[in-house]
Amino acid sequence: MKTIRTVFLKEIVDNFRDRRTLVSALLMGPLFGPILFAFVINLSVKQSLENADEALDLPVIGAEFAPNLIRYLQSNNINIEDGPEDRAAAIEAVSLGEEDVVIVIPENFGENLSDMTPATIEVITDQANTQAERETRRASRALRAYGQEIAAMRLTVRGVSPMIMRPLNVDEVDVSTPSGRSAILLGMLSYFFIFALLTGGMNLAIDATAGERERGSLEPLLCLPVKRDHLIFGKIFAACFFMAISLSLSLTCFHFTLKFMPLQELGMTPNFGPTVVVLAFLLLVPFALVGASLMTLVASFTKSFKEAQTWVSVVLLAPTMPILVVSILMVRPSTELMFIPSLSQHLLLVGLIKNEPLNLLHVLVSVSGTLIVGALLTWVCARLYRREGLLG
Amino acid sequence: MIIVEDLHKSFGEVKAVQGVSFRAEDGKITGLLGPNGAGKSTTLRALYTVLKPDSGTATIDGINVVEDSVGARSRIGTLPHGSGLYPHLTARENISYYAELYNMPADTIDGRVQKVIDELDINDFADRRTKGFSQGQKTKVSLARSLVHGPQNILLDEPSNGLDVMATRALRELIRGLRESGKCVLFSSHVMQEVAALCDEIVIISSGKVAMQDTPDGIRATTGCDDLEEAFVKAIDMVEVES
Repeated sequence: MKTIRTVFLKEIVDNFRDRRTLVSALLMGPLFGPILFAFVINLSVKQSLENADEALDLPVIGAEFAPNLIRYLQSNNINIEDGPEDRAAAIEAVSLGEEDVVIVIPENFGENLSDMTPATIEVITDQANTQAERETRRASRALRAYGQEIAAMRLTVRGVSPMIMRPLNVDEVDVSTPSGRSAILLGMLSYFFIFALLTGGMNLAIDATAGERERGSLEPLLCLPVKRDHLIFGKIFAACFFMAISLSLSLTCFHFTLKFMPLQELGMTPNFGPTVVVLAFLLLVPFALVGASLMTLVASFTKSFKEAQTWVSVVLLAPTMPILVVSILMVRPSTELMFIPSLSQHLLLVGLIKNEPLNLLHVLVSVSGTLIVGALLTWVCARLYRREGLLG
Repeated sequence: MIIVEDLHKSFGEVKAVQGVSFRAEDGKITGLLGPNGAGKSTTLRALYTVLKPDSGTATIDGINVVEDSVGARSRIGTLPHGSGLYPHLTARENISYYAELYNMPADTIDGRVQKVIDELDINDFADRRTKGFSQGQKTKVSLARSLVHGPQNILLDEPSNGLDVMATRALRELIRGLRESGKCVLFSSHVMQEVAALCDEIVIISSGKVAMQDTPDGIRATTGCDDLEEAFVKAIDMVEVES
C-alpha cells in the first residue's frame, strides 16, 4: 500500500510540473468539448432560424409570364429577383455556385394554365450543395402550394368541394419533450466528456511506461525492492486521478458555457444544473479505470513515447464505437447494455440530461461492470509489467 | 557478498551468458571487465533481478535472486546502464522518491537524503530540477539515489560512461570510500585503465564466459604480460581458442 501511495504521489507531482500533461489534462480535454459544442449549436441554431424567418431571395427568369404566381411567392416571404439572361446562363450560374437556385418560367406558362394542360416550371439547382438544397425545398414547396390552390379553385368553379382532393389528413403529433429533443444533440456530449476524461490521463499513461523506458528511468525503478504490481497500480491510479480532474473541469465548464448557447430558441431545455454535474461525474468517473489501464496496456507494448502516442490516440476513439452503433440503431437502455463500459455511461448520461429518473439497477450494473473491466485490464497490465521484455 | 554460479541466459538464439561464475567479496572492489557484448550487463541485470537466469544461481548476502527477488533487491544499490532521472523533479526529490520506495522509515528519509547529498557533494544543484543536468551531475544524482538506503552491495553498470576526467576521479574516490566502509562493490567496464586503477579483483568476461578471475597482479602473472591491457587481450584470446 505504501509503495502504491508513494508512486501515486510522485506521478502527481511529476505530472503537475509537466506542461504537456497539464495542457492536455486541464486545457485541451475540458475546453475542446464545450467549445466545439457551442460552435455546432450556434451554427445550427443560426441556420434553422435564418431559414425560417428570413426572406428567400429567388432569381426568376420569365417572371413577366406569371404575374399571379410572382405575387403569391412574394406574399410567402420570397423576394423575387431578376434571374440570369436565359436558361443556359442560369444553369451555368448554378453549377458555378453563383446562384443556389433559379426558377425558369416559360413563355407559354399562362397559355398552358388557361388550357388546363400542366404548365412547366423549371427549378434549376445543384443537389450536391446543402445550402441550395434547403432553398430549393422552400421554393418547391411554395410552388406546389400555389399549384394546389389553383387546383382547388378549378374544382370549386365546377361545384366540387376541394376536400375531395384530400382523402387523407396526415397530422404528425410530436410527443418529444423539449428536454428530450435536446437530448439528441446533447447525446454527443457524453463522448466529449469521455474524450476529456481520456485525454486527461493520456500523457501520464504513456509516460509511466514508454516514457520511463525511453528516459532510462525504468530499469533502476525495477531494481528497487518493491513489487512491480505496486508500481503499476500507483501509476494507473495517478492516471485515474488526472482523468477525474479533467472530467470534472469539463463538466463544470459545460455547465457554464451552456448558458451562452441559444438552446431555448431550438425549443430545448437541457437539464444541466449543479446536481446533474455532480451525478454525471459520479456516473462517468468509473470509466477512468478502464481508460487508464487500457492506455497503460497499449503503451507498454510500444517502444517509444512517439509510438505510444500514436497507438494511445486510437484508444481515444475506441469508446465512440459502441456509442455510434447505439445512436444509429436507436437502442433503448437495457440492463444488458449497462455491462458495456462507455456505452452504459453514455446511456445513463443521456437519460440524466433528458431529466428521466435514474434507474438504480442500471447505475449499479454500469458502475460495477465498468470497474470490473477496469480491474481486469489493470491485472493484465500488472502481468505485462512482470515480463522481462518490458525493458526492451 | 555476491556469489554467482554457472549462470546461463539466452535471448532466443543469442546466448548472452553461458556459465558465468565469480565471487565479489565485502570490502573489495570487483570489476567485471569485457569487450562490448561480452555479457557484462546481462550478468548484472540477472543480479539485480530484472532478468531471470535460464539456469545457475546467484546469491546476494546469501539471498537467492530468483527465489526471493524482493529480498535480494533490498540488499543492493544499483546504477544501471544509462540510469535515468525524472526531469521534472529536483535532484533531492529524485533521491527521496527512491528512499521512500526502499521503504525507509519516514522520519529518517530527509536526514539520509541530506547525508548522501553531502557525501556526493551535490549540494549546489540538489534543489534544481534535473532537466538539463550535465552527464556528470546526472551520474552523481543517480548514484546518490542508489546509495541512499546504505546498501551493503553496490552494482554499477559502466558508471564512468560519459564522465569527464574530474567527474571520473570523484567517482573513483567515492567507490574507494565505499570499499573502506566494508561494502561489496561490483562494477562493469570495458575500459582497462579504469579497472586497473580501482579493482582488487578482476573478472574478465568474454563471449558470455569468465575468461579469468584474479587480482591484477595474478592476471599479469598468469598471462605473462606486464601490461594489463596486453593481459586482457590475451585472456580474451584464450577463451576464444577454447570455444
